[in-house]
Amino acid sequence: MIKIKINGKSIEVEPKTTIIQVADKVGIDIPRFCYHKKLTVAANCRMCLVEVKNFPKPLPACATQVMEGMEISTKSKFTKEAQQSVMEFLLINHPLDCPICDQGGECDLQDTAMAYGASGTRYTEEKRVVFNKNIGPLISTDLTRCIQCTRCVRFLKEVGGVMELGLVGRGEHAEISAYVDKSVESELSGNIIDLCPVGALTSKPFRYSARTWELIRRYTISPHDSLGSNLETHIKNNIVMRVLPKENEKINECWISDRDRYSYEGLNHEDRLTHPMLKKNNKWIKVEWEEAFEFITQKLNKITQSYGADSVAFIMSPQSTLEEGFLFNKLAKSMGSSNIDYRISQKGSELNGSWLGCQVNDIETLDLAVIIGANLRQEQPLLAHRFRKMTSHGGSIVLINGLDDELLMPIKERVICSPTEYSIEILKIIKSIQTHKKIKSIDKSIDSILKKITTDSNSQKISQLILEKNVRVGIFLGQGALDLECANDLYYLSNILSSLVDGICGSLSNYANGVGLDYLGIGAPGINTKNILKKNMAAIITMNIEPDIDITSDTNIQSHLKASKFNIGITPYASKSFDAYDCLLPMSTFTESSGTYINISRQVQSVKAVVSSLAESRPAWKILRVLGNYLGYDDFNYDSTEEIVGEILPSNTLMTYPEINKPEKINTINIRSTTNSLQSYTIVRHEDSDMIVRRARALHARDAKFSDVVNIHPTTLKRLKLTDKNLFEVERNGVKIKLPIHSDLRVALNTVCYHSKYKPSFKLPLIKVADKATL
Amino acid sequence: MITDTAELRINPVIKKEFPLCLRTKFINNPASIETYLSIGGYEQIKRVLKNKITPEALIEEIKISGLRGRGGAGFPTGLKWSFMPRASQGDKYIVCNSDEGEPGTFKDRDIIKYNPHQLIEGMIIAAYIMGAKTGYNYIHGEIWGEYCSFEEAIKEARAAGFLGSNICKSNFNFDLHAVHGYGAYICGEETALIESIEGKKGQPRFKPPFPATFGIYGKPTNVNNTETYATIPWILEYGGQAFSDLGVKNSGGTKIFSVSGHVNKPGNYEIQMGMPFKDLLDLAGGVWNDRKLKAVIPGGPSTALVPAKNILNATMDYEGLTAIGSSLGAGSLIVMDDSTCMVKTLKRLSYFFYEESCGQCTPCREGTGWVYRIIKRIVDGNGKPEDLRLLTDVSKKISGRTICALGDAAAVPVLSFINHFEKEFEYYIRHGRSMIGNTHD
Amino acid sequence: MLSIQSKNKIDQELKKYPDNQKKSAVIAALQIIQKEKGWLSNKDISLVSQYLEIPEIAAMEVATFYNMFDLKNVGKYKISVCTNISCMLRDAEKLVNHMKKKFDIDFNELSKDGKFYLKESECMGACGGAPLITINNHDMYENLTIDKFDEIIEGLK
Ligand SMILES: Cc1cc2nc3c(=O)[nH]c(=O)nc-3n(C[C@H](O)[C@H](O)[C@H](O)COP(=O)(O)O)c2cc1C
Ligand code: SF4
Ligand code: FES
Repeated sequence: MIKIKINGKSIEVEPKTTIIQVADKVGIDIPRFCYHKKLTVAANCRMCLVEVKNFPKPLPACATQVMEGMEISTKSKFTKEAQQSVMEFLLINHPLDCPICDQGGECDLQDTAMAYGASGTRYTEEKRVVFNKNIGPLISTDLTRCIQCTRCVRFLKEVGGVMELGLVGRGEHAEISAYVDKSVESELSGNIIDLCPVGALTSKPFRYSARTWELIRRYTISPHDSLGSNLETHIKNNIVMRVLPKENEKINECWISDRDRYSYEGLNHEDRLTHPMLKKNNKWIKVEWEEAFEFITQKLNKITQSYGADSVAFIMSPQSTLEEGFLFNKLAKSMGSSNIDYRISQKGSELNGSWLGCQVNDIETLDLAVIIGANLRQEQPLLAHRFRKMTSHGGSIVLINGLDDELLMPIKERVICSPTEYSIEILKIIKSIQTHKKIKSIDKSIDSILKKITTDSNSQKISQLILEKNVRVGIFLGQGALDLECANDLYYLSNILSSLVDGICGSLSNYANGVGLDYLGIGAPGINTKNILKKNMAAIITMNIEPDIDITSDTNIQSHLKASKFNIGITPYASKSFDAYDCLLPMSTFTESSGTYINISRQVQSVKAVVSSLAESRPAWKILRVLGNYLGYDDFNYDSTEEIVGEILPSNTLMTYPEINKPEKINTINIRSTTNSLQSYTIVRHEDSDMIVRRARALHARDAKFSDVVNIHPTTLKRLKLTDKNLFEVERNGVKIKLPIHSDLRVALNTVCYHSKYKPSFKLPLIKVADKATL
Repeated sequence: MITDTAELRINPVIKKEFPLCLRTKFINNPASIETYLSIGGYEQIKRVLKNKITPEALIEEIKISGLRGRGGAGFPTGLKWSFMPRASQGDKYIVCNSDEGEPGTFKDRDIIKYNPHQLIEGMIIAAYIMGAKTGYNYIHGEIWGEYCSFEEAIKEARAAGFLGSNICKSNFNFDLHAVHGYGAYICGEETALIESIEGKKGQPRFKPPFPATFGIYGKPTNVNNTETYATIPWILEYGGQAFSDLGVKNSGGTKIFSVSGHVNKPGNYEIQMGMPFKDLLDLAGGVWNDRKLKAVIPGGPSTALVPAKNILNATMDYEGLTAIGSSLGAGSLIVMDDSTCMVKTLKRLSYFFYEESCGQCTPCREGTGWVYRIIKRIVDGNGKPEDLRLLTDVSKKISGRTICALGDAAAVPVLSFINHFEKEFEYYIRHGRSMIGNTHD
Repeated sequence: MLSIQSKNKIDQELKKYPDNQKKSAVIAALQIIQKEKGWLSNKDISLVSQYLEIPEIAAMEVATFYNMFDLKNVGKYKISVCTNISCMLRDAEKLVNHMKKKFDIDFNELSKDGKFYLKESECMGACGGAPLITINNHDMYENLTIDKFDEIIEGLK
């Protein structure tokens, strides 16, 4: 610790901190524009100049490290003069169009000018005008207002991972620009709107729709992935007008992904279900809630009488809150059905107790992360940034994936193989460590398999990285890996691998409340969505799911729905996907409902509704509660989500999560899997991941540029005697369609990579991809 | 310590001049390696390597010489070199700054043109001292001919075994590359130059950290001016004391002055520090067309303008010029006769700083444009009485508040021109035209 | 596509820098392509950025920062004339006026025959030879008079 004086007050501070960091910590206000605590220091705006004793010139507080005995004055005349002159310079070319600027009322420049500027201007020359650029559907530019602080440039380079904006030209003519007519593509791009201290970058969808003082701010949690990003919603007339990050250092820092920022546009989409609907004589009719409940009660009673209670399936979205999950489960149990699950995309997982394995911010401190089967940027856009940060701190990434995905961070080693070979690749690494460390027995369960494994240069290199001294290792399975038939084995092997070096084994699942639902004990071994559906249910109840698109663990959900006698959808939206249903109950969206999520790193977060429910829709927990009452079950009298959570979560005691269950034996590994059968690899774009984001207009503005294709490695194409002039036939939901082929070197051999387009409209195309690619 | 101070080898033909960095200029085929070898070139690096003279001893010798950086700031070179973490492992770089873009400066060009091998030898010695394996000479883009000839000189030196690996069979490795700018004055600023070598815009970095700890690719880097490096072999040959004896107190050695403007013989004159201004003016053939001297800028536009009456008795060295309120800068003497309109001249200089501001930091980006526009307005006949105060005030607000010294430099001419020739400015504002005859328009 | 010759030249420049610092060669690479093509189109800048594996906008930043890069057609001969102080004191303005009249263009314009382009330039580091010009960046002509200038232009035709 070193001693300094700031405004006459002596304090002790950590060495190597900057003056601005010290001031921020002790609550002394130093104006700034270019400095941002999460970005590299540019020291270009000069707004933070302060007087430091014995220095003839004022020093930039953002770039100057404190030194023993330093005496800083942030309020002296010398400091004020410096700051005032910078303010004057900043304003001479600024349009001062605050009344029509979207930033008006929340503009750093406006605020700082009020506090530090002089009144009136001595600048009588013509002001600079900068032409605007179209940088895409999400961000609107008004570059005449830009003060060249380069926060946006630095953000995209340092956090986004690729330089998409630059300051082109020089001197007074320097202006922010993307390359020629390119737009900004980063899935984190919207953060530059928050970063821009003036109104040069504003939200395109939000533009001109409200003034900041008309907006009410309420907080919620993003359900679009498992990070649980904290959101600040801005509301006018009971409508969410825009979404900003709410700072939470341990989760989303001060960022959110574009998906989290713009998904609100889908909240009030015309597809929203506004009334309970019943199908009578093959026609949908609007009904009152009572009628719907009576109808359901009657029907369900009949079905359980004729087919038994275990013939009713309860399938919910992994976004369901703890309260929703709890009541859905209670309903199933009360009825006597064991067929309940939320793992709608997982084909084989019977895992319990899986989670990130560490805190989100711990990722940054790892030295080596092995990422298996993940489209990280699509699945977990913001979590990807933590890995990017880890690499910028010197950590290394090993990627084992079916696609050489551009993660926008340096990849130390990559193994690009078809998804069925992930387990073998892990075994090779284990074997390589075994050989190197001369370990006799790794684990009885895999010793005999290991004997048959031969290592290769890749696995040797990776094992060397893992075995390096004092290396903190994390092995992470992405959603792609968890969705595989062999997910259990993969998780088990990853655990063995990580335990060899005392590392972490974690899941990067994008299930918003997967950890929470697992905590509730939902998802017993052997009972998962895929198996449940296979059993030909007499009734299917789905919650917060658009079955065609969301249930991907089964290849043909529509035929199951058609076969079942009675289907209930508790859903915020109606669409063609629900044609085979008999009853639809309008549920509120996440913004209209209170509830609790447990994120991937086991952080429990409860939120309240930020707006009231649209029309006749109701929070799902209330629907379930009333349904419980109608069905005559005991103990369904909860008055609030708090009451439910009170019953679920122990107070003051640590929560005990299920143990990770070991498979009895490794059963899905086919050592000679280098057969020539084709494997599929699906990419779900981040803007297609759930019902809400699929309907968020601006996120889909670029869809037209995107077409359904399959990507195949040229060598595979050659073997199949195909070229990119042929079409490739795949089965989607039982329907055969032909797709154009893209020859793509990034795809693993013997692998067909589906990259699907999705149009948010009432007529949804069926984008689920068949398990097997047929020629 | 180095003891062998041979007799000073002064070219007897040229009186008053003391060609030291330009030693070969007056010999046939001056730039060739043969010429350089014939005057004892590359002997110093050979001696250093053969006798394994320690870097510490060499730095000591340079400290004795009193050599100060010739790029403009005049920082003691020996001291600067002692800042390099010499012992640290890993890559280190040395860089020669031949970007001279300061108006009126063209001395480094002549060193490269006439005596490139002395510069190369100086850089090899510097690399040996500081433990650098790689060096770059960053050459101003517009003197393309010199860039190409320097590439040739490097090839010659490499072929002769002075560059590359195992130099003079000593296990010492060092390679040197010529790189070029492409039209940006700011790249003369050392950190902007480093950014430029890294393939970026030439935007100066905030210091600290200084290049000695965080230079090219974040590695320790030493930057010196061309003339500074080119002086080193001579200092080692004749000894630091001999160099120091050449000049005056606190200004050791020789200095190349680039003389331009209203003189009969513009050009580079390498002289001993401390020469009276009048003698240097004589060397350059005196004021042209028998006109009267009005003012000079002694060290390039970032040094203050000096009116004739103050310069006539001054001496050309660090202290001599500081004493009359200016400075030596890069030694670029710009001479103006009595037909010069100070308002128009200042307009051109202000345009230069406005045009060359990198645009990174606010006071410089916004301030230089503002200053230029005010002066332009005055020249266009639209000046206002309060403009002079505004000019002074804006310039002072730029000064001292920018990332690099360009902001300070931009303020210097405004303040000094108005200070010494206020009447001329007032006249212009009042009448909308210059009080100087239009001889040169 | 970059020509083989240009690629070879760029490769030569790349040798000056560590393997993982290809970006360092961007100024040289842009210079090489400009020399070959006369000026830099957006496509040329893209090609250079791809060849050096850097973001296009990073190459664009560089191309727009350094004055000697031309991002539009500058004809067969781009004449850059220094008007900075030392040249100004030696009557560069007279020369400039002569040039403008001779080609019937102003600064930053192309003559009607598409041959000559005039550009005002900052100090070229050769003030001893004022006034002076460069033609196509690399050929410098010093100590100019109007007659000498006319002679040079005659030689180009
Ligand atoms: C705007 C600006 C331009 C500069 N231009 C040059 C230049 O052209 N040549 C040069 O050697 N130094 C120049 N310098 C000084 C360098 O930053 C640096 O101090 C010098 O190269 C150090 O070398 P020296 O110690 O040998 O003088 C410039 C500085 C500034 C602020
Ligand atoms: S657009 Fe905004 S964030 Fe980007 S440089 Fe300009 S003022 Fe800064
Ligand atoms: S905040 Fe310090 S210079 Fe901008």
